[in-house]
Amino acid sequence: MIPSRGEWTAALEKRHGKSLQQKFSAATVAVCGLGGLGSNVAVALARAGVGRLILIDFDRVDITNLHRQQYKANQIGSYKADALAENLLEIAPYTEVKPVTAKVTEENFAELLKDADIVCEAFDNAQSKAMLANGVLERLPHCYLVAASGMAGMGSPNSIHTRKVTKRFYLCGDEVSDVADTIGLVAPRVMLCAAHQAHTILRILAEEYEV
Amino acid sequence: MVKVNGASLDIAGKTLGEYLSGAGYDTTRIAVERNGEIVFKSLYAETVLQDGDSLEVVSFVGGG
Repeated sequence: MIPSRGEWTAALEKRHGKSLQQKFSAATVAVCGLGGLGSNVAVALARAGVGRLILIDFDRVDITNLHRQQYKANQIGSYKADALAENLLEIAPYTEVKPVTAKVTEENFAELLKDADIVCEAFDNAQSKAMLANGVLERLPHCYLVAASGMAGMGSPNSIHTRKVTKRFYLCGDEVSDVADTIGLVAPRVMLCAAHQAHTILRILAEEYEV
Repeated sequence: MVKVNGASLDIAGKTLGEYLSGAGYDTTRIAVERNGEIVFKSLYAETVLQDGDSLEVVSFVGGG
């Protein structure tokens, strides 16, 4: 039995307080890249009651994603944006979710992200990360950017951090662990970085701007 | 002197583009902040570094 919208809102307001929950509910967050970072960020934000999530990825769910990404075995082959939207609505049914199956480029990002208050950069490719970071900071002056760099391998969990680079630009990760130089991505370390991103997003919505 | 990622360097008078290529940065993987503001990528070549500037070069690595 799925709770009513009223019961759902009341439960969130009991947890977060009414004024904070209203800030979360009023927000639109765009998650760019729905892999180990983005799928975990989206789950955290949906659970916290963020009102609207724009989920963007061009790719489909692959068997090699399931060790760290929030998909299920029966979703292999589905578009990630659609599969994650489905999973988020099972977790938090009153979230407004907009799945977008598209590759984010220099040409289309401004249009795709125009409704977002905060953009979460969660790509895996370094060039794509830099392209989106520069693009958002140059051309979307109303948006905050929460990006990630460096979370691969078996390094210490304690080296994952968040720092504020400019007024609108937060960076999470250890900033050095390139997936190409490590054994690859290991679920909890990626989730830690995703948790840094998700919590930073909630803090910005709460108007807590320092790290 | 110009502060770059915390280190003082004698590069005032150079352009940002000259400094980045001399230091071996791949400009497709970075974002640059100068005195608290992002530097537009299209302006790297014409941004002349001034004495007292503070720069931060953010390098992105792969994985996500």
